[in-house]
Amino acid sequence: MNRKKIILNLFKKAYLIRTTEELIIKHYDNNEMKTPMHMSMGEEAIMAGVCTALGKNSQTFGTYRSHGLYLAVTEETDKFFAEMYGKVTGVLKGKSGSMHLLSPSDGLLGISAVVGSTIPLAVGAAFANIYLKKKQITTVFFGDGAVDEGVFWESLNIACSKGLPVLFVCEDNGYAVHTPLSARRGYKSLTNIVKQYSCSVFETDSTDAEQIYKLSLEAINSIQKKHRPAFLHLKYYRYLEHVGVHEDFHAGYRTKLEFMEWQKKDPVKLLRNKLKDVKVKDMDIIELEERINKQVEESLQKAKKAPFPDPSELLKNTFYEQTA
Amino acid sequence: MNKQLKLATKKISYRTAINQALHQEMERDNSIFTYGIDVADHKRIFGSTTGLLETFGPQRVFSTPLSEEALLGFGLGAAINGLRPINVHIRVDFLLLAINQLVNMVASYHYGSDGKLQVPLVIRAIIGKGWGQSYQHSKSLQSFFAHIPGLKVVMPTTPADAKGLLISAIRDNNPVVVLEHRMLYDVEDEVPIKPIPTPLGKGQILKIGTDITIIATSYSVVSAVQAAKVLEKQGVSVEVVDPRSIFPLDENLIIKSVEKTGHCIIADYDWTFCGFSAELATRIYEKLSHKLKSEVMRLGFAPTHCPSTRPLENEFYTDSIDLIRAVEKKLKLKEMDLSQETFYSYENQFRGPF
Repeated sequence: MNRKKIILNLFKKAYLIRTTEELIIKHYDNNEMKTPMHMSMGEEAIMAGVCTALGKNSQTFGTYRSHGLYLAVTEETDKFFAEMYGKVTGVLKGKSGSMHLLSPSDGLLGISAVVGSTIPLAVGAAFANIYLKKKQITTVFFGDGAVDEGVFWESLNIACSKGLPVLFVCEDNGYAVHTPLSARRGYKSLTNIVKQYSCSVFETDSTDAEQIYKLSLEAINSIQKKHRPAFLHLKYYRYLEHVGVHEDFHAGYRTKLEFMEWQKKDPVKLLRNKLKDVKVKDMDIIELEERINKQVEESLQKAKKAPFPDPSELLKNTFYEQTA
Repeated sequence: MNKQLKLATKKISYRTAINQALHQEMERDNSIFTYGIDVADHKRIFGSTTGLLETFGPQRVFSTPLSEEALLGFGLGAAINGLRPINVHIRVDFLLLAINQLVNMVASYHYGSDGKLQVPLVIRAIIGKGWGQSYQHSKSLQSFFAHIPGLKVVMPTTPADAKGLLISAIRDNNPVVVLEHRMLYDVEDEVPIKPIPTPLGKGQILKIGTDITIIATSYSVVSAVQAAKVLEKQGVSVEVVDPRSIFPLDENLIIKSVEKTGHCIIADYDWTFCGFSAELATRIYEKLSHKLKSEVMRLGFAPTHCPSTRPLENEFYTDSIDLIRAVEKKLKLKEMDLSQETFYSYENQFRGPF
């Protein structure tokens, strides 16, 4: 891919995530999307950068803050919005809501609302790929809060001891729900600890999706060349409250000033400027943005009009039933 | 039935039956692998995984770090990605370290994917008893596991079922918890040589009787059969029903038996409060309220923790004598003189330590 195409891809994903969530914000208080939302706003560079580097033939797992992941991987919004509205046309017929999206046909194998709980699944999925001689890499996204869970360390250890092709992506926003790192950690540096494992470690606090894309490619290369996992530590700032669609600077655990510093390097703005660097015409940018705006708005309208699932859906797929 | 009779069988132990099931199934299907703490060490989970490493190699048979939660999630990740994992826990109590994965992830994954992903995952966990196992090496917890939608739970008692139920569990595309009993590992009986699955959700009648039904699970089945034999000498005809599968449940078999005898004792190998025995009793009352000749009686673990020392441990469990006395009470019979009876216990073969 040439640079222009890469930047365009990155922007498309980042802009889609941002626009989708802006529309959610606009409609959420109408009380029709009844599902706890953990918004991705602020992490667009990570999802655009890592997922563009991963390409089509990869498998991913996420955490409950995964609107960004779902949209970056699928680029579809019809089923997404229908799921938010609890409609039968949704990703999972309204059974999952915002917190457990998945799309196996796009390699997105699972998202969980319990912190850290998809991390070992990624390790097992990677084991299966080696076992079945598939060349895929399995990526798992999780927050810095997940690192407080024992299962993260258990999973990292298993992946490293078996040399499995897992890309661990820690999206570090500095807070586990509302508790800052300083109140949670009895150690200085996460990455220094992870470096003690048989694992390649990469880190940046950049909000530049292109830089994250390049770093992700390095991480992917290291997994393929060294036959061991890689750990990507990426800082970002969560723009909105932990759960919900509003700001929460009044709560006092973080300041608006901090937010404003990060907003200066807003990932979507950075990418839009880069489009000009690679000589995409203003008109083409506007046209692209309008196309995405239209896609998202239409998806929302379709979702609102779609029917709810029939009561007969309730028990379906509790168990897999063998068909003769 | 005829087909069953023609099956060639061989007398082997419960342990060997499990081992045979694993060998035959892993031979049949390359996507099956087995793993867990001590699976490939020199003791091989009381001999149940013997020879697997040598036959199938370290990718398909391996010991793991002591990381139960991650390892069950690992199994789930492998299961949704094309493999058929068998995760082994040398005690049921240790599986509790993986409860988040079991309840929040494994049980709901098929549902949560709207049927797009399947979870052909087997969890073998062994119940301990005797020789001082005490309260962290003796839990059974079938009621707890079966309470969660999405999990199937089986408790093999005979060597043939140890093999047959494990084969069914392996072939099922749902997660199945197989609760084996350590005390039963040395029991020998005729077992089909070929890999014949025992269907999940089918109970069996281990002894036909007409006066009273005892429904028992796991090791309590042994106690029930022993009690039935002693009572037979006194002319009491006890029917012993082994559900084998806690979920799915063969309710029909149970209802038919209790309908026939009119009297029912449930000896579930677990605590009674909020337990499988309560579930069975409710179902019996729902279906047979007017046909019961006496109220359903439930026996199980004492409502406390399993103590280490033998005299207290004896009090903790329901044994054959408890069952004989319960039957006598129910049928309003005089207490038999049991002083001349020897109650063979498989535990006599078990000298510990584990």
